[in-house]
Amino acid sequence: MSVLTLPAQPGQDTAPPPVPWRGMAWVTWRQQRALLISVPAVLAAVAVALVIFGLKAHHDYAALVNCPLNQGRQSGACQKLFSHFNSTDWPLANTVSILVALAPVLIGAFAGAPLLARELESGSYRFAWTQGLGRERQVIAKLVLVGIALVILAGAFGGLFSWFFQPFLWTEQMNRLTTEGVFASGGIVFPAFTLVAFMIGAFLGMLLRRVIPALAATLGGYLVIRLAAWGVRKYYPLAVVTGNSKVFSQFGTPSVPGYPWILSTWVTGPGGQPASQSITNGILNGPPGGSVPPGYTEWNRWIPLTHYWPMQCIEAGWLLVIAAALMAGTVWLVRHRAA
Amino acid sequence: MTVFAPPASRLDAGADVRSRPVPWPGMLWVTWRQHRALLITVSAVFCAAVAGLLVTGLRIHHDYALLIACRPAGSPACQGLSDFFNSTDWHQGEFAHIAVQAAPVLIAMFAGPPVVARELETGTYRYAWTQGIGRGRWTVAKLALLGSLLTIMAFAISQLLTWFFAPFMTTRQLTDLTPTVFDTSGLSYAAWTLVAFCLGAFLGTLLRGTLAGMAATLGGYVGLAAATWFYLRDHYPVRTFWPMQLLEAGWLLILSAALIGGTIWLVRRYAA
Amino acid sequence: MNIIETCELGKRYGTSWALRDCTLTLPAGHLAALVGPNGAGKSTLMNMTAGLTAATSGTVTVLGGHPAGSPAALNGVAFVAQDAPVYRNLSAGDMLHLTRNLNQRFDTSFARERLADLGIPLNKKAGKLSGGQQSQLALTLALARRPRLLILDEPLAALDPIARQDFLAAVMTAMTDDGVSVLLSSHQVAELERVADFLIVLSRAQLQVAGEVDDLLAGHRLLTGPTAEADECGGRLTVVQTRRGDAQTHLLVTTSDAAAPVPPGWESHQVSLEEVVMAYLRSPGVSQPAPLTRVQRPQPTEATR
Repeated sequence: MSVLTLPAQPGQDTAPPPVPWRGMAWVTWRQQRALLISVPAVLAAVAVALVIFGLKAHHDYAALVNCPLNQGRQSGACQKLFSHFNSTDWPLANTVSILVALAPVLIGAFAGAPLLARELESGSYRFAWTQGLGRERQVIAKLVLVGIALVILAGAFGGLFSWFFQPFLWTEQMNRLTTEGVFASGGIVFPAFTLVAFMIGAFLGMLLRRVIPALAATLGGYLVIRLAAWGVRKYYPLAVVTGNSKVFSQFGTPSVPGYPWILSTWVTGPGGQPASQSITNGILNGPPGGSVPPGYTEWNRWIPLTHYWPMQCIEAGWLLVIAAALMAGTVWLVRHRAA
Repeated sequence: MTVFAPPASRLDAGADVRSRPVPWPGMLWVTWRQHRALLITVSAVFCAAVAGLLVTGLRIHHDYALLIACRPAGSPACQGLSDFFNSTDWHQGEFAHIAVQAAPVLIAMFAGPPVVARELETGTYRYAWTQGIGRGRWTVAKLALLGSLLTIMAFAISQLLTWFFAPFMTTRQLTDLTPTVFDTSGLSYAAWTLVAFCLGAFLGTLLRGTLAGMAATLGGYVGLAAATWFYLRDHYPVRTFWPMQLLEAGWLLILSAALIGGTIWLVRRYAA
Repeated sequence: MNIIETCELGKRYGTSWALRDCTLTLPAGHLAALVGPNGAGKSTLMNMTAGLTAATSGTVTVLGGHPAGSPAALNGVAFVAQDAPVYRNLSAGDMLHLTRNLNQRFDTSFARERLADLGIPLNKKAGKLSGGQQSQLALTLALARRPRLLILDEPLAALDPIARQDFLAAVMTAMTDDGVSVLLSSHQVAELERVADFLIVLSRAQLQVAGEVDDLLAGHRLLTGPTAEADECGGRLTVVQTRRGDAQTHLLVTTSDAAAPVPPGWESHQVSLEEVVMAYLRSPGVSQPAPLTRVQRPQPTEATR
């Protein structure tokens, strides 16, 4: 492919034109109209369902907390509330949390994969890429505009889901940190995952040049990133180490939702040496709140609940780096690929 | 310019314009060639799932056997086994279960809508539907072939998963009728896969677009599943495992047939 | 046998008619040229004849009475739609295999030979072929089905002049060798004059002309004479189109009698097919259906130089 260059006329401004953001906003809106209407509509419908169900869950939870269950007096009415919450509200919430975990990739894949691939597949890029604005600027504008819209939507939706799930944090030792479906579905990590999924979709769409294969590959790529995040989360440099930590027994009750994330536990004996296996087992498997033999110390390496936001920032941080890299890669492909 | 008098052509000798129908086996190759990428991907996923379930399942069964044979029960060593089973093994089991449950709709989303919608979108229906076989038979053959394959694979996976998950039924106190277990055992899983595929084919044809069909299939399936879980199953006239399975598979099968019928009706009605 | 027969055929999309009141009879053994401006209804007529679209009103039958789109019709009719749709991800060889599997009759050796002659590689993806090669591929597949009726929607559009000649030659060969009837639409009227022996003109969703080319050419004359006498002369004849200049006027007229006397001071010329077609296309209210039906009184239009 040869490039035809004209000698610059004296005094002529040869700098490329700046992106006319308003113009590109209209173009993006008009081209992605179906998507930009249907995604918020679906999210709104799900949000309404979440609000309805969430209000009920919060109500049931409040009733449960006020029941003197955690003080040992287990009345029949309290038991009923407890089992109703566990058998009806909880399975539904669990299902919802799994669906919400899939939401970023569904939104991101449906938004990202066709963004560029559809133009390539249908041949309309031959019109778009020969307009005055130029292909790179158009692509940057589209990625930024749609990306911002998705981040805002996802942020709002993630916030709603966090509120919705709040009453369930104490069930089955759920906590906001370790439970995949909770940590990644709220805060700033949820919109970050959505953005990453969108960028994966756009990149693969440009790479594979066909919409359906790009969609499928985006699902796969997102799964890889989710698994990677799940695996790497425990290594964030936020853990604390404390000794004589039998205080964890106070957690995990309805009135104190959330349980800190214990990464590892070990026991040392007199003089700081590791205790024998039998003593260690006895201490670790003993009753919560039980005493530790004198001279021995139970150590825990754990992440307190108060470190939720720092964790969120670290995860959102590296996800954003990946998203930015994918965006740069997409623009590079657009610039260098002869269609 | 003279008019050509039609000569005795190769067709005339015994030619029969009222034709025998085009033989069905031709559609085997047609379906394979046009959906090759999908068929290969789905087969690869299937093989990977079978391998994964087998390997992991054997280990889980082994761990469980050690666990229940552990003596004395309640000792720290046995407690350690129990902890491990309930954390690591359970996480893997849970992940496998969730993945298996999510698979049908995700696969059907890619398999169903493109069958008709892609032809409409690219304009190739103007070739495909003017061939001798006719658009009705073309559609039926493709949907039957793809749908049968997916259903059979789904049935195999569900049986394997039932074996895989057996130890957890005891440790997590689950029953046959626990919704997530019911979904993936017996006939239910295969029936749900079939209905997801038929829903995809129908919606792709109705909306005349692949992407729209995919999104609608996802939404429609989730809606149908939610309605079944939280409402329909409570109103079944039977309460034990196999009768409920047969009932659910039955109405799902009827729904699938109706969706296929609807798809064919839409195809016949389609005007260029 | 009538290879195509329509009776008051019409197709409506929403509130507008793409084709209406189309009654025509095409006998077998002809190459019929279907001409008309864009949006006239050519593709609609072809789609209905091929069985892709159902009629809103009226009927269309093919191959001597079989309803369009019926299994017998699909078996004997091969259709190549506009821009020759092929599966872009399949190779030419795959397309052969596909067409063979979808039809009862398929001459694989003929198809392979023809593709080899045309220089179209069998293992190249159809989407990577040039537009002309795709057209040739689509025609090859259609011919290899050994149809009785071949319907081609603007097949020459993507072809260079030499390829167009070769294409038409291939079509003619099929006609002579196998007795295939052909309905072919195109904008290249001059080129079709050499091959077509039946003409169908559509304009603004109406049928204007349907008849054998020989009869049409014999039945029209171009009269040239002084403008002063034009109205008087035209009033006594059936005028299709009037071209009035300052001194001279040309009248394209129908003549039911070839030996009818030419008015004094006037000259009579034979017309070419293109002139007939252009005259009718510029006179939308005029129609000349098949000779056996009643000829309507035309409203001539005027065009001043």
